[in-house]
Amino acid sequence: MKAIINISLKAGVLDSQGKAVHHALDSLHFSGVKDVRVGKQILLELTETDRDKAMSEVTKMCEEILANTVIEDYKIELI
Amino acid sequence: MKIAILQFPGTNCEYDTQHAFASLGAETQIVWHKAESLPSDTNLLVIAGGFSYGDYLRSGAIAKFSPVMKAVKEYAYKGGNILGICNGFQVLTEAGLLPGALKRNSGLHFISKHHTLKVENSDNIFLKKLQTGDIVNIPIAHHDGNYFIDEAGLADLKANNQILLRYTDKEGNIKNPNGSVSSIAGVCNKSKNIFGLMPHPERAMELILGSDDGIKMLEGFLTS
Repeated sequence: MKAIINISLKAGVLDSQGKAVHHALDSLHFSGVKDVRVGKQILLELTETDRDKAMSEVTKMCEEILANTVIEDYKIELI
Repeated sequence: MKIAILQFPGTNCEYDTQHAFASLGAETQIVWHKAESLPSDTNLLVIAGGFSYGDYLRSGAIAKFSPVMKAVKEYAYKGGNILGICNGFQVLTEAGLLPGALKRNSGLHFISKHHTLKVENSDNIFLKKLQTGDIVNIPIAHHDGNYFIDEAGLADLKANNQILLRYTDKEGNIKNPNGSVSSIAGVCNKSKNIFGLMPHPERAMELILGSDDGIKMLEGFLTS
């Protein structure tokens, strides 16, 4: 089983990279963009085959190290 | 006075820090991150600056799981004094020993220059040789120095006099190089034994290098 983890800054935490990318898009005349948030994606290949167990294990990983929950949110997708 | 200085793979300010404290007459010892205990007579533990573990994942995120960190936490909970400089500050927030987090600088650039700071609270062992309101000139050198804390956390810091230093101009007016909340450059924990700051006092020990204001800061730990 694979886990796809998307990590981004929480709503309300200023995303400076997103702002810079937004500015760059504006400069290139892509005018239809209202907001940009830049995050990161972590892909895990798991040995676990039980979805519930995998979800609880990956959630623990996110809480303990993969995300800093003071400033970041994470979303886990299992495939 | 015995000062232990932590060294992770990627730490690069441990020898400057050692030199700075030695010049003030302290006995110093560098402690490798695989050590399972700290020297028993440690009076101050310093987590020096650098790029522990290449800043992979997030600055300071991997260092918090180094073997030595268990001993660091025990030392902290017993009331031992800890000073985290730059990457050391990032490690302390990641480890949950200090509140908040350090984000990428708002301008996205690495900043390396002297900056003036205003002492916000000097009723602690670290800044006791200075007065609240004093201005010091200390180098900063960081990419992730944009201190973040939520509103409730900020109110707590203010209520408990935990804000140590703010980035200002020479007159003490707010001048913020990296976007940090409330222009914060350094904080301490509630019990005032754990200190973290982005600026480098160990690089401001001799006038010939631009400033010796770091002496007044580091000396706080060495005198009663």
